[in-house]
Amino acid sequence: MAVISQTDFQKGKARRKWMGRAFHGLCLLSVGIALTMLAVLLVYLLIQGTTRINWSFLTSFASRHPDQAGIKAAMFGSIYVVIIAGVVAFTLGVATALYLEEYAARSKFARLAKINIANLAGVPSIVYGILGLEIFVRSLYLGKSVLAGGFTLALLVLPIVIVAASEAIQAVPPSLREGAYALGATRWQVVWRMVIPQAMPGIMTGVILAVSRALGETAPLIAMGALTFVPFTPDSPFSRFTVLPIQIFNWTSRPQEGFQEAAAAGIIVLLVVLLVMNAGAVILRARFQNKWEG
Amino acid sequence: MQDLDPILQARDLSVYYDTKKVVTDVNLDVARNRITSIIGPSGSGKSTLLRCFNRMNDLIPSARVEGQVLFDGLDLYGHNVDPTEIRYLIGMVFQRPNPFPKSIYDNVAFGPRINGFKGDIDELVERSLRRAALWDEVKDRLKTSGLSLSGGQQQRLCIARALAVEPSVILMDEPCSALDPIATLAIEELMHELSEDYSIIIVTHNMQQAARVSHYTAFLMVEEARVGFMVEFGESRKIFTNPEDERTEAYITGRFG
Amino acid sequence: MVRADFDRSLEELQAELVGLGEMVERAIIKSMDALERRDLAVAYEVVAEDDLIDAKRFELEEKCIDLIATQQPLAIDLRTLLAVLQIAVELERMGDYAEGIGKICMIIGDDVPVETPKELPQMADMGLTMLRRSLKSLVERDTDLANAVWDSDDDVDELYDGVCRQIFLDMGQHPKTIEAATHFLWVAHDLERIADRATNIAERVIFLVTGQSGGFGDHRENE
Repeated sequence: MAVISQTDFQKGKARRKWMGRAFHGLCLLSVGIALTMLAVLLVYLLIQGTTRINWSFLTSFASRHPDQAGIKAAMFGSIYVVIIAGVVAFTLGVATALYLEEYAARSKFARLAKINIANLAGVPSIVYGILGLEIFVRSLYLGKSVLAGGFTLALLVLPIVIVAASEAIQAVPPSLREGAYALGATRWQVVWRMVIPQAMPGIMTGVILAVSRALGETAPLIAMGALTFVPFTPDSPFSRFTVLPIQIFNWTSRPQEGFQEAAAAGIIVLLVVLLVMNAGAVILRARFQNKWEG
Repeated sequence: MQDLDPILQARDLSVYYDTKKVVTDVNLDVARNRITSIIGPSGSGKSTLLRCFNRMNDLIPSARVEGQVLFDGLDLYGHNVDPTEIRYLIGMVFQRPNPFPKSIYDNVAFGPRINGFKGDIDELVERSLRRAALWDEVKDRLKTSGLSLSGGQQQRLCIARALAVEPSVILMDEPCSALDPIATLAIEELMHELSEDYSIIIVTHNMQQAARVSHYTAFLMVEEARVGFMVEFGESRKIFTNPEDERTEAYITGRFG
Repeated sequence: MVRADFDRSLEELQAELVGLGEMVERAIIKSMDALERRDLAVAYEVVAEDDLIDAKRFELEEKCIDLIATQQPLAIDLRTLLAVLQIAVELERMGDYAEGIGKICMIIGDDVPVETPKELPQMADMGLTMLRRSLKSLVERDTDLANAVWDSDDDVDELYDGVCRQIFLDMGQHPKTIEAATHFLWVAHDLERIADRATNIAERVIFLVTGQSGGFGDHRENE
């Protein structure tokens, strides 16, 4: 004898089917909202900004005159700062994650450190700016330079890289480590030849996220004293600088219509730079992506 | 039995995880160029015991080993003994085939490379693959992924990988549990051939396999008061036709507990 | 042990079984020789050598058990090992009959008051032929030959009946020879059983080859 009567089963089945369809619809709606917002933003930017996108916009420095204002200094500033931030965050982040996962694994210290690092990811970015100002600009006498800016952003995105790298390292199958150890590999050889290559795609995903975040940050750099008006490209790590978001922020706060257009064009440039840098990271990741899988 | 020529000797060997004893006072002689199987119910410490022989337990932070393991008279747990060096001399094959995500060639070459092998590595790779009875199947695709092989081939690749560092002992931790009967038979044939030159210890939950392939069998058991103690050790034909201990008899006849 | 080794072990086992058959064959020949020539020394040898046959049988049995325990034989391998076990028992029993004849020789002693019935060596020859052919059918897995062995048991039975009748007749006519005649009756009986055991071997061969046992006819009435 069936536990559920036939009519109950039919009723229940209809209801469950309806629930399934409703949930499917809800998910689709969410995707629609997200895509629509993005499309509106892009269309708005393109309409406002395309008129200003040209060679001279990219090769000119900031100006008091809206039609002469260019993005060159901010673009180069952003690229330099983000590259420094990316490289520093990658190196420190991977090393930290390796220590926590491979060397100090399961120790109380490692567990405590990991919880705190995860929490750091939630600290407001302006706090990092103040930290950067104190440590890099003042204590280490780096000044309000590209290097100090890069380091500050590196601190900001470090938790992202550490968390991503930790997860990627954890995801390396223990059987591979055991296999390598069983052949007489030292811990260093296991880490260097087995764990890092295997974890690299996951680590690179973290780096991509980190770079995207760093590129869009304004507050910490303003807090540490990046300029808003820079009529030159940084020529050394110790040059003063500005970055795209600051420049855009600056333009949007001006009343003239021309600066609004420049801001829109600046955002487009920012998006393109973001896209290019991410594409670079994706290509790097693909190179590491194991061609031997399956 | 008395004239067994031992290559490995466990002496009053106990293993703890934190404070829990999982292997209790095992005394076991492993015969040179013979196959010794370790059988017993789940949780009887078979794998843990096996991992004492190449100090793989060192990788588990909470594990602690007491007693001695003599390898040709040398105590593996003595001072100044480098576990990586032991693992170079005593190879291991695992329960699930675990080829590295590298080419077949690089899988076999991995061990020699990390141990600073200087010589004809092509020749070594070929020799190892031949010894593992895999060469003919893979010689035309050495550059393809080790993961593209079938389960049985992967396990033979792992055996070739272990052979490439030329160990004198090979530990096998349920090497056929993830394989089908045909692949299992191929591994058993291989083990039998290898036993001419290597001493092999195999942990298996498959008593028939222990009976088929091994010359000697050790039976481990778990009781409420004691975990992972050895009940009986002897020639396999003796253990499987006329064991001395009634607990062995009960286990191998399926009348356990 | 791997399959190739297992196959070799099975072959060796069979060769040893055939070897046991040859030992039994020699024992029968010698016992009949002792009987005809009233040779006590040879008779004694037959009795003593039966221990070797027994020992060989137990050796074979142990090997079978080891192989069954360690190799988990199935199908043809299982039938082969079972057949070897059973045939070894049959051969050992045949050896016992030869021993029995040897003992009778020793009881009869070396004087010749009565002629040995000429049918007895004839029966022995037939039994020996059956033994040889049954073992040949084993080695060659030849069921036709095994069936032929079976059929020839009727001839031995016929001869046996004839000998018995003749001996009873003689007993009635010459009461003084009753004791000696009884001994010959025993020899005839032993020889008849030897032939029966040969048919049993043939039966095990058929089982080994075809997997069928029993129900081939009514040759087992003596068991």
